[in-house]
Amino acid sequence: MRIGIVCPYSWDVPGGVQFHIRDLAEHLIGLGHHVSVLAPADDETPLPPYVVSAGRAVPVPYNGSVARLNFGVLSAARVRRWLHDGGFDVVHIHEPSSPSLGLLACWAAQGPIVATFHTSNPRSRAMIAAYPILQPALEKIRARIAVSEYARRTLVEHLGGDAVVIPNGVDVDFFARAEPRPEWQGGTIGFMGRIDEPRKGLPVLMRALPAILRARPDTRLLVAGRGDTEEAVATLPEHMRGRVEFLGMVSDQDKARLLRSVDLYVAPNTGGESFGIILVEAMSAGAPVLASDLDAFAQVLAQGTAGELFANEDADALATAALRLLADPERRAALSERGRAHVRRFDWSSVGADILAVYETVADGAARVATDERTRLRGFFGPTRR
Amino acid sequence: MTTTIIWIAVALVAVGLYLSWTAGRLDRLHARIDAARAALDAQLLRRASVAQELATAGVLDPAASIVLYESAHAARQAEPEQREVAESELSQALRAVFADAEAVAEVGAAPGGTAAIGELTQAVRRVPMARRFHNDAVRAARAVREHRVVRWLRLAGHAPFPLAFEMDDEPPAPLTAEGAPAP
Repeated sequence: MRIGIVCPYSWDVPGGVQFHIRDLAEHLIGLGHHVSVLAPADDETPLPPYVVSAGRAVPVPYNGSVARLNFGVLSAARVRRWLHDGGFDVVHIHEPSSPSLGLLACWAAQGPIVATFHTSNPRSRAMIAAYPILQPALEKIRARIAVSEYARRTLVEHLGGDAVVIPNGVDVDFFARAEPRPEWQGGTIGFMGRIDEPRKGLPVLMRALPAILRARPDTRLLVAGRGDTEEAVATLPEHMRGRVEFLGMVSDQDKARLLRSVDLYVAPNTGGESFGIILVEAMSAGAPVLASDLDAFAQVLAQGTAGELFANEDADALATAALRLLADPERRAALSERGRAHVRRFDWSSVGADILAVYETVADGAARVATDERTRLRGFFGPTRR
Repeated sequence: MTTTIIWIAVALVAVGLYLSWTAGRLDRLHARIDAARAALDAQLLRRASVAQELATAGVLDPAASIVLYESAHAARQAEPEQREVAESELSQALRAVFADAEAVAEVGAAPGGTAAIGELTQAVRRVPMARRFHNDAVRAARAVREHRVVRWLRLAGHAPFPLAFEMDDEPPAPLTAEGAPAP
């Protein structure tokens, strides 16, 4: 099968969507399919052989923050050329409603189009204003995928219609096979994520830490992620600061080893999560998981059966649950066991098969993806082609 | 005088362009429904065929075989008006026969059973997928067709008003990703 994938965000900036697309592309290539990924990238950035650059993304203020977007005549022309040269059986667009490459591709293509909606942003005012423009482009999508039941609900609410739920994939065995590191073992709690991003929830964990350390003084907190470490421990009493170790940005290997080593993985995120891939990675490594009860997290943890949940933003509840788990090795072993069985469905072998099933459902018997001439002035006056 | 005529001409051209564009958009939406319906038909037929094959292969007990054969046969032969009911009954029969993991394991143990279970798993998972895509296409087309301009000027031509395909497509629990036993 010839598959074209459109990545909306810069290939050179690390992010969840980019990693997902990279892993998906490599999984599909491994199965013998022809895959081409169109992504924004600086022309100098070295790219894997399957990635085609759509030009540099321009930083623009959008939706309350600075987003790096692709638009304009040049990008549109590159999208058309890529579609034309690719001869794809199916085109898979990620985040088609963000005003970037996804929307451009949606506008320019016709035929079997599949789209994945990753985020579950509340509908912005810009989106409402652009709705009449967006709708004709979005209604070309033949199959919609949402990454979680939660993301599907927001999608249905905002755009109507329906979507199938296919979770993000994880290479389960990569995490399961990682070697634990002895210096990260023994009464350790793990946290991963940007330190200075409050939605990742480190402040909640910091508020819970004094109670945990009073009951179990030997506990250590291992924090992996970028950010200001001084500021992060500022709320902690002086003598407890030594119990927090900052590891900075870690490689994929070290991430897996860290998750294999810790006694408990805590995800205190306070919002903005539509899936929670890190929980799947932690369970793959066999780490018992304690997470805030966000919709998306509750779903990944099978409503609290594959990992424990605590009331969001409640530091006391977090401390109580963490202490209970740290004192109960049997419960931790049971969670670890259940987690490992539970994550099998998030493995690429299962997720990839589901995504291929979607491709086959829309592509079987259909014509190939072509450029949509009606959106160009020249084609507008000519006869419609299918 | 001349400027008024020019403005009227410009307005007429603009309206004409909008109508032509909307008609083209509807045309494309109808094409999408046709493709989605063909895909759904293919998946339903495939599911019924796999079920019928399993029923006649002698891997199930006689009672289960008869139940499955009856409903698969009815689903394949159903008239368009009874199709939704017949396909829902096939879903119910499949759920009854493969209610627990042991039943699946038993079929899997028979010669050629693993392949048959694999095919059935694919079929029962793809039917809900294809149906969702079909009904999504129907909804998109209806949203445009319910526009006043589209109704008054009959931009949809003679295309029949699109109907969603409503059925019970819940797969048997042991064949879903959630219920599948760990490998």
